[in-house]
Amino acid sequence: MRTRHRIWVYGDHINTDVIFPGKYTYTLKTPEEIATKALEDIDRNFAQNAQQGDVVVAGRNWGCGSSREQAVTALKYCGIRIIIAASFNGLYFRNCINQGIYPIISPDLYQGLKTGDTIEIDDEANLIYTNSGQFPIPPISDNIRAILNAGGLVPMLRERFNA
Amino acid sequence: MSGYTFAEKVLARGAGQDSARAGDMLDVRPDRVFSHDNSAAIRRIFLETGASRIVYPDRVAITLDHAVPAPTSQHAQNHAEIRAWVAEQGITHFFDVGRGICHQVLSEEGIVLPGEIVMGSDSHSTHFGWLGAFGMGVGRTEMAALWATGELWVRVPETLQITLTGKPKPGVTAKDISLHIIGAWGADGAQYRSVEFGGDTLSYLSPDERAVIPNMMAEFGAQNAYLPPDEIIFEYLQSRANRPYTAVYPDEDALYSERQTVDVASLSPIVALPHSPDNTTSLADVIGTPIQQAFLGTCTNGRYSDLEAAAKVVCGKQVKIRLIVIPASAEVLKKAISTGVLQTLVDAGASIGIPGCGPCMGNHMGIPAPNEATISSANRNFRGRMGTADAPIYLSNPYVVAASALTGMISDPQEFLE
Repeated sequence: MRTRHRIWVYGDHINTDVIFPGKYTYTLKTPEEIATKALEDIDRNFAQNAQQGDVVVAGRNWGCGSSREQAVTALKYCGIRIIIAASFNGLYFRNCINQGIYPIISPDLYQGLKTGDTIEIDDEANLIYTNSGQFPIPPISDNIRAILNAGGLVPMLRERFNA
Repeated sequence: MSGYTFAEKVLARGAGQDSARAGDMLDVRPDRVFSHDNSAAIRRIFLETGASRIVYPDRVAITLDHAVPAPTSQHAQNHAEIRAWVAEQGITHFFDVGRGICHQVLSEEGIVLPGEIVMGSDSHSTHFGWLGAFGMGVGRTEMAALWATGELWVRVPETLQITLTGKPKPGVTAKDISLHIIGAWGADGAQYRSVEFGGDTLSYLSPDERAVIPNMMAEFGAQNAYLPPDEIIFEYLQSRANRPYTAVYPDEDALYSERQTVDVASLSPIVALPHSPDNTTSLADVIGTPIQQAFLGTCTNGRYSDLEAAAKVVCGKQVKIRLIVIPASAEVLKKAISTGVLQTLVDAGASIGIPGCGPCMGNHMGIPAPNEATISSANRNFRGRMGTADAPIYLSNPYVVAASALTGMISDPQEFLE
């Protein structure tokens, strides 16, 4: 299926303190509250205007720094289901999958794009189309796909234990 | 057909496969999993999954170390919840307040052995590479999944091989080697790869020193870090390991994504400046920087040889600023008592704390005031790490920490050692 998505574009080395500030770590607990602070320090528009189906597009080392899982939760509850970055911090990448967010590594896609542009994702051809060309989606394994399809690790386990 | 890296071999075994290659996605069953004061939070996620019993309670270890003894009623409540959970689930390896820091205690107790896979809900779980084990940090959700199922998905990492050559000069320690690597290639230099060490330098490093290197590789962005176990490690484990183990070594023709060599013999002591461990410079460049507090301890540099190093520097002298010494474990503390190292430190004016993480992440026992600078033997100096945003933290080896305590400024330990 080919789907259209509005994108939010960010640069290199965006750390988890920027994605979800550490000062809120022990005071904000519900995912809805956490989402209100998403990317607060670099883009106040994001938390207010992001919509279901929007995609975050970023440069190198997205999600570096602390391994806090709220840095994924915050984007998820703003409606983000897919993050495309030139590269991810390893722990952030794992946290995405475990929360049912699809992290796509695409080294060059972000160049020339800006917030508000649209891209199209074809999950059968495994291609992403942007105004500067088409980019392959790297293959993912069956077990990661199973976690993503379940909506994350906790829901997947819930299915397993309640089956 | 080329050979296999350490990570490829050990993860294939953990997934019950004959072989695996970098990039493969595996369901891995670790030999050991561990957590610390965050175990109560993990328990809540665990219960959310619908699971009720930890599937392999004999593979689980919990150590209370991050805020011990409890500094507040809330911390005490957290500890109480964890003790009740340990009893309810029959968790075999539980270490209560005062036994020490998880990475050090699990090493001393022979709970993690060469060739094994260990996952910890602590970013410094890379530590266990010093024993030739695969140590990997995981998130709380992942630890809950490990309790519930005994397995976790892992992408087999590519491997960066680093060869350490030559004998370190006097006063140059494993901490300096680690800071050099992080400073040279940056805090994301490892790009979540496995880092395999080799080279003749390792033969000059004691068990205490070896543990520093894989511990610090968390600050290099490594998924895990590995030192090939040798006679020094086997001897360390002789009285500790209570089950058989098989050391795992990479093949000589293993496929590496990158190879680097570090000329250790040419290195000098290194200091990491605020606010990142990769913001490094030579000790010589920062001598004289005013310091208000010195902290010796943590999973990085709170072992016996670190206390002994500090004792050599301060022996017969008096500290000028607060020197807080927190042994990494009760075993370290006992040895320091029996050899007189502790006496020397106390005589010089050091304050001795209860084994644990101490002020490393700003929980208690040495939080600096605003604008007070700390020189620390820890692994992280992020802004606010020790509990106060405007309190700069410098990272160094234990000799430099002790020398700086004597003078109130960053100092060269050599002048006190001769």
